[in-house]
Amino acid sequence: MKDVKTPPSAEGRGDTVSRRSLLGAALAAVTLAPGITLYAGPAAAAADGAKRWGLLIDTTRCDSGCSACVTACGAEHGWSDAGRARPDQAPQWVRKVDVRDPATGRTASLPIMCQHCAKPPCVDVCPTGASFKRADGIVLVDRHICIGCRYCMMACPYKARSFVHEPVTGQRPGSPRGMGTVEACNLCVTRVDAGGRPVCVDACAGAGRSAILFGDLDDPGSAISRRIREVAPARIRDDLRLDTGVYYQGI
Amino acid sequence: MTGVRTLLIALGLAAAAVTGVLAAGEGTAPSPAFRQWPGECVADAPFMRRNHMDLLKHQRDDTVHGGIRPANHSLNACVTCHAVKGDDGHPVTVADSRHFCRTCHDTTAVRVDCFSCHTSTPGVAK
Amino acid sequence: MARTKTAFATLDSRSSRFVRIAGLLAAVAAAGGAAALYMEHEGHVVTGMNNQIVWGLPHVFAIFLIVAASGALNVASIASVFGRTVYKPLAPLSGLLAAALLAGGLAVLVLDLGRPDRLTVAMTHFNFRSIFAWNVLLYSGFFAIVGVYLWTMLDRRMNRWTSAAGTGAFVWRLVLTTGTGSIFGFLVARETYHSAVMAPLFIAMSLSFGTAAFTLVVSALYRIEGRPLGDAVLGRLARLQAIFVAAVLYFVVIQHLTVAYTARGGALEAYLLGGPYAPMFWFVQILAGTVAPLVLLLRPEFNRDRRNRLLAAGLVLLGGLAQVYVIVIGGQAWPLELFPGREVTSAAFDGTLGSYDPTPAEFLLGIGGVAVSLLIVAVACAALRFLPESLADAAVDPHHARADA
Ligand code: HEC
Ligand code: HEC
Ligand code: HEC
Repeated sequence: MKDVKTPPSAEGRGDTVSRRSLLGAALAAVTLAPGITLYAGPAAAAADGAKRWGLLIDTTRCDSGCSACVTACGAEHGWSDAGRARPDQAPQWVRKVDVRDPATGRTASLPIMCQHCAKPPCVDVCPTGASFKRADGIVLVDRHICIGCRYCMMACPYKARSFVHEPVTGQRPGSPRGMGTVEACNLCVTRVDAGGRPVCVDACAGAGRSAILFGDLDDPGSAISRRIREVAPARIRDDLRLDTGVYYQGI
Repeated sequence: MTGVRTLLIALGLAAAAVTGVLAAGEGTAPSPAFRQWPGECVADAPFMRRNHMDLLKHQRDDTVHGGIRPANHSLNACVTCHAVKGDDGHPVTVADSRHFCRTCHDTTAVRVDCFSCHTSTPGVAK
Repeated sequence: MARTKTAFATLDSRSSRFVRIAGLLAAVAAAGGAAALYMEHEGHVVTGMNNQIVWGLPHVFAIFLIVAASGALNVASIASVFGRTVYKPLAPLSGLLAAALLAGGLAVLVLDLGRPDRLTVAMTHFNFRSIFAWNVLLYSGFFAIVGVYLWTMLDRRMNRWTSAAGTGAFVWRLVLTTGTGSIFGFLVARETYHSAVMAPLFIAMSLSFGTAAFTLVVSALYRIEGRPLGDAVLGRLARLQAIFVAAVLYFVVIQHLTVAYTARGGALEAYLLGGPYAPMFWFVQILAGTVAPLVLLLRPEFNRDRRNRLLAAGLVLLGGLAQVYVIVIGGQAWPLELFPGREVTSAAFDGTLGSYDPTPAEFLLGIGGVAVSLLIVAVACAALRFLPESLADAAVDPHHARADA
């Protein structure tokens, strides 16, 4: 998709930035485009324990023919090229899933990525502590201490993680990744730390759908919290009580 | 007498200066691009020579776990500022022995795996 | 009791038979090492493993060896903990085999990591909420405690501590196998694993596989030099074997009953008993690995022949390998349920059974681990006095009681 390849436009991120500026968060760096950062300005302590970042996905605005979020994520983090890997070995930070209710015939299409659980099973099982949850709720793999045991992939109910099956070259500067470690959606931490929002959110808006809303779940006044109160969205496998940070409206 | 003393002091100073220079250059095959780097390093050169690995590891944990991203401290900032141009005018990758992070490592037989994940060329030059 | 002290002797490492066997084992181990290097260099892209079947054949071998390791200690436990003197001469070998099987299994496990070079990280970073991390401690502890146990047995001055060390090792290995089973049992995400039966099932499996491995190894070692090995020992092991095989079968039935009563139980049972892994389950695990050994070991017309006992032990191991395969691979192939009651499709194989075609490299790595274990046993028996000079009936049991009579 053409509009996805171009960097998210400045106006696309406007409201988030101003809202965060109001909160007094000085920007650590000026992000010109994904991965392109001017190293200037003061340091910011970004992972804020008073926040919990999450997503609300409006599946009624999502379409099975569209994969703008997937394409944009692949370009942002440099995982679109599967190289020699078979399809079932290919990197998969986010995927589009089609759901059909056999009883009613109703269908829905939605992206599934790391659900950024409050009680993430991957973190519990990781032997080295490489899987961890940041203070602001983002679940990550510290790939400096990941030994590639893949137990987290066994434990994740969402199949959100993938293993890097072969040597990687040409990584994006802002998103290092390499063979033998496990990776997943990182909610675009680099962008979030710079006051931005995940690239999938912008790509979805760029595709004219605006089905993904990003924001602070712990702030009752945030747009995402208000919408969640309004539409009472569902969460995938809520019965497992993992308190996921990704909500789905309309399923 | 004073002549001899002056001579001794001069010799001493010279020796100290030479030692100092040698110490400063310890373990360093002077990189051809030395001094072409713009601006200032995140710390002074002698400190960096000795402590850059600890600095990087500390920064790594601060960034990955705390989201703390001070300017110039990311690994990509190092290779961006310390970029060495190759014959084609583009910055070289670690595959090239002239790459900044290999100038000393090659001679001291240090091996780092950082660039199996991190790109070794400047981030701005996408 | 007028009991003569058992005389122990090393194997002659220069005998041509020993050299040939050790050479063969070393070659297989080296092939496994080469396969590991290849996998580490190319990445897991050269394996059949993928993002759904994340643990493949190497894990099957590793888990098989680790489970068997704990059970191989059984003979020593019976001797030291339950005071059965007949098994005493065999206790050192039992401890050695246990440690060797664990070493082989762990070698495979480590070499299958995405970053085996980061083993030190695994040793220095512990997440105490992780069963895996606990297993690292349990495995290290097992080596330590079996090491001490062997020392108390091999060093006469330490003999009085044997019983204490043996009891410690016995408890430790029960915990260890519980830990191995719990690696699977605690996975809430996977219906095929999430069950409390996993731990006792693994303990039963360990007793069965370990006894079979011990039977075969002791027979092989005694054949190398033609040392006498009587029926008293093999007969006792055979009876134990039959009990353990039956115990495994019991827990397998329980395992399936528990599954049948879960939400998607019907579909899952249909998959387990009739899906792509069903032939391996029915024919290798149940028929060859359970029914056939039971017949060979229990029917009087078969069970007096030593060859049938050895055949039974071999079949138990074959069936055991199949059982671990069905659990590990078959369990992962079953798709995760994201939206209960609804059909799910995606480009990433949601809602479909995972597929897995192991490559030769994976097989070599796994079998290399087996070779490492056996090589350790052979070399240790040549270096130290692990083996009694004779296990003839008269030497083992002064009353010449026919164990299997
Ligand atoms: C803004 C540019 C800039 C950045 C960013 C930067 N450096 Fe430097 N670095 C320099 C300069 C200039 C020198 C030489 C300083 C001097 O001679 O006093 C230097 C010197 C060094 C030296 C000593 C080299 C020698 O041969 O003596 C090391 C090592 C070093 N830097 C490592 C790093 C690392 C690691 C980072 C990333 C954390 C980094 N630098 C980031 C500009 C930079
Ligand atoms: C001035 C010479 C020099 C330069 C330039 C240099 N290094 Fe080093 N580096 C060393 C030496 C010497 C060691 C080994 C220190 C030791 O063994 O204690 C080392 C060690 C390291 C280590 C730790 C290795 C280990 O196994 O623990 C890392 C990481 C590292 N360097 C990263 C870098 C990076 C990244 C760059 C480029 C930005 C760089 N170095 C540039 C001299 C240098
Ligand atoms: C297996 C992949 C991998 C390897 C190998 C690796 N890193 Fe990283 N590194 C990452 C990832 C992923 C991040 C997170 C990037 C982010 O959040 O911006 C990161 C972040 C960092 C950061 C902070 C952010 C940045 O972009 O600089 C530093 C510093 C760092 N790594 C240093 C190192 C050093 C030094 C080495 C080698 C000793 C190394 N890394 C090896 C994957 C890796």
